Amino acid sequence: MRQSLYALAAAGVLSLAPGLAGLSRADCPETPSPPHQQWSFEGPLGTYDEAALQRGFQVYKEACSACHALKHVAYRDLGDIGYSADQVKGIAAQFQVTDGPNDQGQMYQRPAKPSDMFAAPFPNDQAARVANNGALPPDMSLLVKAREGGPDYVYGIATGFKDAPAGCTLNANMYYNEYFPGHQIAMPPPLTADGQLTYADGTKATIQQMAHDVTTFLAWASEPNLDERHRMGAKVILFLLVAAGIFYAAKRRIWAKIH
Amino acid sequence: MSDVAQSQVSHGHGSGHDGETRRDFLTLTATALGAVGAICAIWPFIDSLNPAKDTLALSTTDVDLSPVQVGQRLTIAWQGKPVFIDHRPQAEIDAAQKVDVSTLRDPQTDAQRVQKPEWLIVVGVCTHLGCIPLGQKQGDDRGPFGGWFCPCHGSVYDTSARIRQGPAPANLLVPPYKFTSDTAITIG
Amino acid sequence: MPVTGTGRVSRIIRWIDYRLPFVATLEHELHEYPTPRNLNYWWNFGSLAGIVLVIMIVSGIVLAMHYTPESTMAFDSVERIMRDVNYGWLLRYIHMNGASMFFVIVYIHIFRGLYYGSYKYPRELLWMLGVVILLLMMATAFMGYVLPWGQMSYWGATVITNLFSAIPVFGQKIVTLLWGGFTVGNPTLNRFFSLHYLLPFVIVAVVGLHLVALHQHGSNNPLGIDHKGPQDSIPFHPYYTIKDLFGLTVFLLIFAVFVFFYPNALGDPQNYIPANPLQTPPDIVPEWYFLPFYAILRSMTFNVLGIPSKLIGVTLMFSSLLLLFVLPWLDTSRVRSATFRPIYKKIFWLLVVDVLTLGYVGAHPPAGPIVIVGQIATFYYFFHFLILIPLVGKIERPRPLPTSIGAPVLAPSAAGDE
Repeated sequence: MRQSLYALAAAGVLSLAPGLAGLSRADCPETPSPPHQQWSFEGPLGTYDEAALQRGFQVYKEACSACHALKHVAYRDLGDIGYSADQVKGIAAQFQVTDGPNDQGQMYQRPAKPSDMFAAPFPNDQAARVANNGALPPDMSLLVKAREGGPDYVYGIATGFKDAPAGCTLNANMYYNEYFPGHQIAMPPPLTADGQLTYADGTKATIQQMAHDVTTFLAWASEPNLDERHRMGAKVILFLLVAAGIFYAAKRRIWAKIH
Repeated sequence: MSDVAQSQVSHGHGSGHDGETRRDFLTLTATALGAVGAICAIWPFIDSLNPAKDTLALSTTDVDLSPVQVGQRLTIAWQGKPVFIDHRPQAEIDAAQKVDVSTLRDPQTDAQRVQKPEWLIVVGVCTHLGCIPLGQKQGDDRGPFGGWFCPCHGSVYDTSARIRQGPAPANLLVPPYKFTSDTAITIG
Repeated sequence: MPVTGTGRVSRIIRWIDYRLPFVATLEHELHEYPTPRNLNYWWNFGSLAGIVLVIMIVSGIVLAMHYTPESTMAFDSVERIMRDVNYGWLLRYIHMNGASMFFVIVYIHIFRGLYYGSYKYPRELLWMLGVVILLLMMATAFMGYVLPWGQMSYWGATVITNLFSAIPVFGQKIVTLLWGGFTVGNPTLNRFFSLHYLLPFVIVAVVGLHLVALHQHGSNNPLGIDHKGPQDSIPFHPYYTIKDLFGLTVFLLIFAVFVFFYPNALGDPQNYIPANPLQTPPDIVPEWYFLPFYAILRSMTFNVLGIPSKLIGVTLMFSSLLLLFVLPWLDTSRVRSATFRPIYKKIFWLLVVDVLTLGYVGAHPPAGPIVIVGQIATFYYFFHFLILIPLVGKIERPRPLPTSIGAPVLAPSAAGDE
């Protein structure tokens, strides 16, 4: 039973997806857990920091969107991170999406509208692999929820690129990352230098700052309703605490007869 | 036997008038809280049936009018329904404006139904039972008034898409729209 | 009392009741039906389970209005629910965490029954109907987890449906029938959706039977002794209605903490990755409520007498549930409640530890010391039910039982009333 399960698992892992976490060579260290970072949205009363979201969107646009799709997010959703309807229209129009067929039966490119989902950088997975040495850059719409460690993990990856330690040899086209399982990641470091981009609000764009902002943005992309959820939760808990108290008092009053 | 149980249950320990009032207040509050909670809890379930955000995002459509020549008619989709766009030649405009409104089943002047007289924009759904009237394509039967003709039950619309003959009770609906430029509109 | 009044409402009620005794039945069950006066809070979990069943059905029906059960669209339709449908995120998190809550409640409800002997005469059928409900819940939950079509949905479905290939001769044919194809795929997803929608209503029907069986002889109680007279009972309303309402509020508080603040704490992040038939996740783990059974399934690592370990593992897993059916006959004790059973009380807690251990084992990859721990825990599980329980019932000297339920609490002058 266990053997066939493992055969299945092994077949999957060694499967047709080159560029997955390559088997680490013998002397590569264990993969540590990423350290905990401070997030404005953690904890029961956390909320997204709107300025960070907008900066993070800029990082996504300039450093990530060339390879990573965000297909579950629509341009109109950017209205939730503080952009006006006109700004959203302007942002959307910067991207090209495929539409059609037109009256000639052809598919064609047109500027995106707010109602469109984020344009994908590649038309399909195969095209994405061809452009990335066989590796498939994952869609980032749910990345923060889809990884153990959540935002700490994503931040760890973004800031965890370094030289491989002695004895740990990398496979071809792989880079050493401190927190990626097995340490070998097919993605070249996306954030390479402080000041790689200039923030619209003037914040200094260090690697840590960019990583922090883009992780905040990606957390929002995974879980856009967090603010509303926390607000509603606080009200519900308060109501239920009061109700529990009243019901308990009523229960004691009614049961006083026979105790 | 049951009397014994009943008497033990209904005689509290020194309840008196005070205890009764307190219990009533508690019962009332508890019931009220329960009712409020239940209603607040039900609302999300009902509201989830309302149009979702992606559906609402498609409630407006932009149309570029520049390819539509004078005398041409264009059909586009808006909120899942066909919208007729008629770039009316002067003859159609005159015919529409000359009609005596008091003879109409659904009295409306042409001016009430257009923003620019050369552009007639109406929802292409017959107000009788919902068929799509003919008249948009070359060779279609436009009916005796040169507007539109509904083949389902014979409703006839004029060049301002007003009902003239047949069972439909009202003129073709004019959707909300605005000109974003001389050659473009946003419907909805 | 509405049925006996003279106003118009009373007359309408009498008109209906004469043709369909609805209100009279309600009155009988709430007012006249004798409930033991000494039920503690462990007795709240039955009504709580019923309420959570309703919550699951209502949230499920509304979710089904937006979900698409097709393999290329299912994952996206769930994301649409989370992002675009009004309060969709709330409905989804309620349904997702409600399933976990349902199992917590039912497991506590079961262990209450084990401790207080609620499965013993004359409640054997009541108990067996409960086991049927548990099996239906497990099938429903398993199929429900497949519907979002994430990595764990797909691979969990693959592993568990593959179990049936252990059946000799017909195994693979059965698996192909279940799948509707050569692997878990779109046909599988569609039929799981159909059955996932159906089974909860079957559960409702069995719950109905469960309640009818309950009302035959009434509830058990912490002392485990039969009620001897009216002094032992109180009407269900208002005593237990208010107590159940209070318990419901406490439960809703805990539920709300999960739904609003930690909605993904009990889930697996990998299920936020769309299903990929060409890539197996590094660890395939079922939802927490299946972990003990998963551990039992994996415990058999060697063949016995030529029987493949896989078949033995599957048989052990199903047996661990099916032996619950015969528990009323395995237990030889004439005393119901563990309150008066000093040895049984201890081994009850051993069982609790054992099940928690099995859960821990199920959550971790089967390597190293985990394997032997899982095997010992599996052995103990069967040893407990098949050997210990019959033995303990026979050799134990139970503590003396009180004369009646009312006796320990009523004033001395009323004690011993017949």
